[in-house]
Amino acid sequence: MSEAGVRRLCAANLLRGCSVLLAATAPRFFLDGFSVLGTPLTWLCACSVSVSALSVVLNAALGPSPPPRRGSLAHKVGFLKCCMYFLMSFGRAFLSLNTFLFAVLLSTFTTLQCLCVLGPNIQAWIRVFSKNGAMSIWDNNLQITTVCSVLGAWFGAFPIPLDWDRPWQVWPISCSLGATFGYLAGLIIAPLWIHWNRKQLTYKSR
Amino acid sequence: CPCCASPRMMPRWPVLLFLAWVSLLFAAGLGLFLSGFLLTRAELPQRSSCAEPPGPGPGPWPWRGQRPPRSCWLPRRFARALLVLIDALRFDFAAAAAARGRPRHYHGKLGVLRQLAAAQPRHGRLYRFRADAPTATMQRIKGLTTGSLPTFVDVGSNFASYAIREDNLLAQLVHNGRRVVFMGDDTWEGLFPKMFHRSYFFPSFNVKDLHTVDNGILQHLYSTVDGGEWDLLIAHFLGVDHCGHKHGPDHPEMAKKLLQMNEMLRTLVERLGNDTLLVVAGDHGMTDTGDHGGDSEKEVNAALFVYSKTPLFGTDPPEEPEVVPQVNLVPTLALLLGVPIPYSSIGEVMAELFATDGDAVSAALQQLDVYHINANQVDRFLRSYSLVAQDLPTEELQQLQDIFSSAVEEHAQLVAHVQEEKPSSPELQARLGRLLGRFQRYLREARAVCARSWARFRPLRMVAGCALIAASCLLCYVASALPAAPDSFYRSCLLAPLLWGLAAALLLGLACAVMQEGLDLLVVSSWAAAVSQVAFFWRWWGRQPKRAHSASSHPPVASISLRQRLQACPALAFPMGILLFRCGAMFSDSFVVAEARVVPFLLASLVALLVGKLHWDGRLTVPEGPRQQLLSSSSYRKESWHLLYLVAALLLCVRLSAAFHQCREESPQCRPSLFLAPLAGLRDARAKNLFYLACVAALVALVCAVRRWLRHCGNLNGSEPAVLFVRWGFPLLAVFVACYWAVASSAEDSLGKLQELVHVALVAFPWAVYGLVGAGLLLVLCKPVTVFAKDTRETAGPIVTPYLGVASSEVDFLHVIPQIYRRMQESLKSHLERGGCGAAVAAYGLGSVYSAALVIALTLLAFLLLLLHSERLSLAFLLLFLEAFVLLHIHARARSLAGDPFSVPWYAVISWLLAASQFFYSTGHQPIFPAIHWNAAFVGFHLDHSTNLLPALLVGANTFASHILFAVGCPLLLLWPFVCEAPSTQRRKARKEPREELHEEEEHMMEMRLREAPDRFSAALLQLGLKCLFVLGMQQLVLAGMLMVPHCACWARRFLFEALGFVVSSVCLLLGILLVMRVDCAVSAWFSRLQLR
Repeated sequence: MSEAGVRRLCAANLLRGCSVLLAATAPRFFLDGFSVLGTPLTWLCACSVSVSALSVVLNAALGPSPPPRRGSLAHKVGFLKCCMYFLMSFGRAFLSLNTFLFAVLLSTFTTLQCLCVLGPNIQAWIRVFSKNGAMSIWDNNLQITTVCSVLGAWFGAFPIPLDWDRPWQVWPISCSLGATFGYLAGLIIAPLWIHWNRKQLTYKSR
Repeated sequence: CPCCASPRMMPRWPVLLFLAWVSLLFAAGLGLFLSGFLLTRAELPQRSSCAEPPGPGPGPWPWRGQRPPRSCWLPRRFARALLVLIDALRFDFAAAAAARGRPRHYHGKLGVLRQLAAAQPRHGRLYRFRADAPTATMQRIKGLTTGSLPTFVDVGSNFASYAIREDNLLAQLVHNGRRVVFMGDDTWEGLFPKMFHRSYFFPSFNVKDLHTVDNGILQHLYSTVDGGEWDLLIAHFLGVDHCGHKHGPDHPEMAKKLLQMNEMLRTLVERLGNDTLLVVAGDHGMTDTGDHGGDSEKEVNAALFVYSKTPLFGTDPPEEPEVVPQVNLVPTLALLLGVPIPYSSIGEVMAELFATDGDAVSAALQQLDVYHINANQVDRFLRSYSLVAQDLPTEELQQLQDIFSSAVEEHAQLVAHVQEEKPSSPELQARLGRLLGRFQRYLREARAVCARSWARFRPLRMVAGCALIAASCLLCYVASALPAAPDSFYRSCLLAPLLWGLAAALLLGLACAVMQEGLDLLVVSSWAAAVSQVAFFWRWWGRQPKRAHSASSHPPVASISLRQRLQACPALAFPMGILLFRCGAMFSDSFVVAEARVVPFLLASLVALLVGKLHWDGRLTVPEGPRQQLLSSSSYRKESWHLLYLVAALLLCVRLSAAFHQCREESPQCRPSLFLAPLAGLRDARAKNLFYLACVAALVALVCAVRRWLRHCGNLNGSEPAVLFVRWGFPLLAVFVACYWAVASSAEDSLGKLQELVHVALVAFPWAVYGLVGAGLLLVLCKPVTVFAKDTRETAGPIVTPYLGVASSEVDFLHVIPQIYRRMQESLKSHLERGGCGAAVAAYGLGSVYSAALVIALTLLAFLLLLLHSERLSLAFLLLFLEAFVLLHIHARARSLAGDPFSVPWYAVISWLLAASQFFYSTGHQPIFPAIHWNAAFVGFHLDHSTNLLPALLVGANTFASHILFAVGCPLLLLWPFVCEAPSTQRRKARKEPREELHEEEEHMMEMRLREAPDRFSAALLQLGLKCLFVLGMQQLVLAGMLMVPHCACWARRFLFEALGFVVSSVCLLLGILLVMRVDCAVSAWFSRLQLR
């Protein structure tokens, strides 16, 4: 684990965090009456698009794994597989627009990140999400952000039955907000955690 | 051989006794809590009548000369009254703003009241109106009309509807030919069905809605007042209350609302006729957060304003507004309007309203007359009440009686005195004053006595009950965490506390006998419970240091155990966290309302967490070889995929079960599931037929699935009575149930002669089902062994292949896995070989003999409970069985991947009980009284019940159906991993290399492993039971704790249901464990018989 790697990770996370914040604020300048709580669906779209675009770009620019040869058959098949996995991760969410957009957002925070880092390799996914499976700081980062996003979405469900009468207390707004905050928290926690445990982190195959 | 040769039984009685003892501890705590919390009161059916005034008739005073028409008991003062109820009108909303302090939004907005009281002091007056606990609107409406102190559970009331059965003001008015018009809160519709001359109801459940009710009333109020077709007009405004709930009292919205009320009152006063009395009242107050329900000062302090265009009062008002208890309004209004006081009223008339004209003496005489009637009426009520119920203390009643009789005597003397001479002397005035004081004292004390026993919580009992429940929970936790220890410990930890408890009970009983006081069974039993708990903890503590000491003497052991404990921590933390969420969800009213959706969510989360944890620990993946590590990838085992499929199936079940939910009254936009209504109500014949077919299909599927499972386990071979019953009795039961549904759903269409036949069938089919189920349960209890033994003494070899002796040949061999009890076979073989010949006994289904009996019993119970529900809920029951099956399989898989099969982990227990409460909701129930399925009481009966016991049983079984099924099935959690362990490995082995089966001996033991280690078996059963009781008890504890906090009275109904469910669950849990023990007994007997052969 090199200092440069950690620095690159921090930069990437900073960029990702900025993209989330940007998605919440920037559309105000183009769209009249845009606000996160007022027009949640637009915000969901904006957030998913910006985060996924950034992830793809980041993966191309400073990705941890050497990109496969361009134009090769394997690359194309891999890309198709990626798309398939991404779509599969929506589950049966096509029934309503709300649920669909939430699924897109959560997939952006979880599945898409996995795809960018690990590629369409189920075995690698299984490995990364087990106890001693992380083999680089990128894996650790992935673990933490993904788990944080899912946990955030889970906790986001709790305010729904409460009678505070707030506009965001509806499915799936509170869950989306929870997932977003969880993701942001994960982006912050991951470098800190890696920094904290840098003595213990000795990756097996380096 | 450890099991067949040794008839060493597992220690049964300590286990059962321990569990029963713990259940009793909980029950004592619950009982104590409920006795402190549940205000109860008996309702009397008597009604006052105009012709029979209480006591001797009124005396011949001159002011009675001009008796107006249509007056009872006393001449009426007003022809009509206008009662404006403003919900949650606290006293300081009506009073002037305080001189000091920050001005509040609610201050000084009802100016019209103060102006009227100041400008016309003899026409209007403001009072403090003191509400009684519980300050919930429904109870207050009851109190305001019956003049009594309603409680949460009025014994004798009909739970199905809220209608008031007691004598009340409205009933008296209607009975005496007056017209009552109502507008406002639709709670009144349920309370007084068909009593109003005219009514305008508006929905009240949506507390967010500040204006619908109020604006609706205002639309009709003035025109109705002007129209004059009424004698009592009640307008119940809800805006202030809803505003309090939504924003709190100190909010600009509240100011707007109060100003609106002010405007309304001003307009009303302008339109008031001379013969009309205006009463403005709040039914209760509110706290600073806008809640109500408890008995804090701000909640009970409401405002009352009385006004009329003719002078009302003979004297000027006192400096400080008087305090008037809420019940006093009823007798006052009744006598002012000239109707009898309702029979159960315990209020005191507001005497100043009855003395207007004449000098002081004649005013006093008028008041005396009113008091006399009032006192006689209260005395009559107290006497008839003490005949019915014994909850009023006798010595206090005796004291009251003394005051009353002396006052009446004095009254009689005074009447004689007055009749003799014209009264005007100051001496007479003094006597009159004293007598008035006596009557007043009598009435006040009578009300105080009633309030003491009806309307006051007993906090000491509540705290003690809570403490008992908490201690029992701790006890469960501690005892379940004890190592699967020798029974000596349980015996020592059980016997001593029991003895201590019995001794305490005896001592208390003796003390009571010596002191000659009434023996309160509840108090005695809770003292005994407390003492026995102390004894238990004493014992446990006594053992604790020893263990610590012994551990410290072996440091490595201690460090290992410490590390293990640390590792076990997260494993414990997940399920406990979910339990915490479950309990925490009860703190919020909204979560209690949404519990039907919260519980499945938590269940799904728990199972997902379990799988995630297993994955994280790498238990699902193939153990990594060095080559794989290089590839840095891992893949799932085949079993892991099975586990994932099972989780998917569980999520599907949870999702589907949401289709059967009932609605609560708090969510008006919710529509109840269409599966809840009985088929008979369906108009569309085709839909009816389709649904009927679906229901029958569900029945058939249930029977087939159960039979298939039993066959799969090998328990459907041979001709044991229980096996025969499963073969023939189950289909017969299904046919009976289907016939009953057919008859019940088309009963109305049948014609003429068929009608009688249908009536017979409606009774006969349910009774056939009851009978068959009863017979089946008896059979399972008497002969629970469903093992088919095939004796093959002649064969030389000990090999038993799956092909041999298959009882039902049509079954393909994949599904008949004869469960062979090898160890026994071996021993028998050696035993017989010593005797000189080779032999073997193949026992089919021995490996799942415990669970088979439980499954049969559960299916029988399910048939019974199915019958009590409406037809279409059979789909929900099918789903219930499916989900339970999936849960058990997930548990078994998870166990096989990790862990010791002898202890049931927390997650399994918690998920099982979560599923139980999930299906409480998914069988169309809600913890509210109107949602109870009362129809269940008439399945197999024709609207004639001689006793209350049977219908209560039927309705209870209907309501707690899922609690019953899951509690009885609880031991399956322990058995299932053993049942599931064999098939996958054995089948492969059996097919490929039958010769090597001997090496796989351990694989085939299944449930016989439990029998092999009777001590561990009993300890595991005990632990399972204790864990269940702990989880159930925690929910009780949280709810009980919530109820201790004031303003949380709305949890009362939820708590009642939870407490009843707890009792049902614990009893059924004991029954389930008892059944397992019975099977164990029978298996032992079976073995000994086999050996004799």
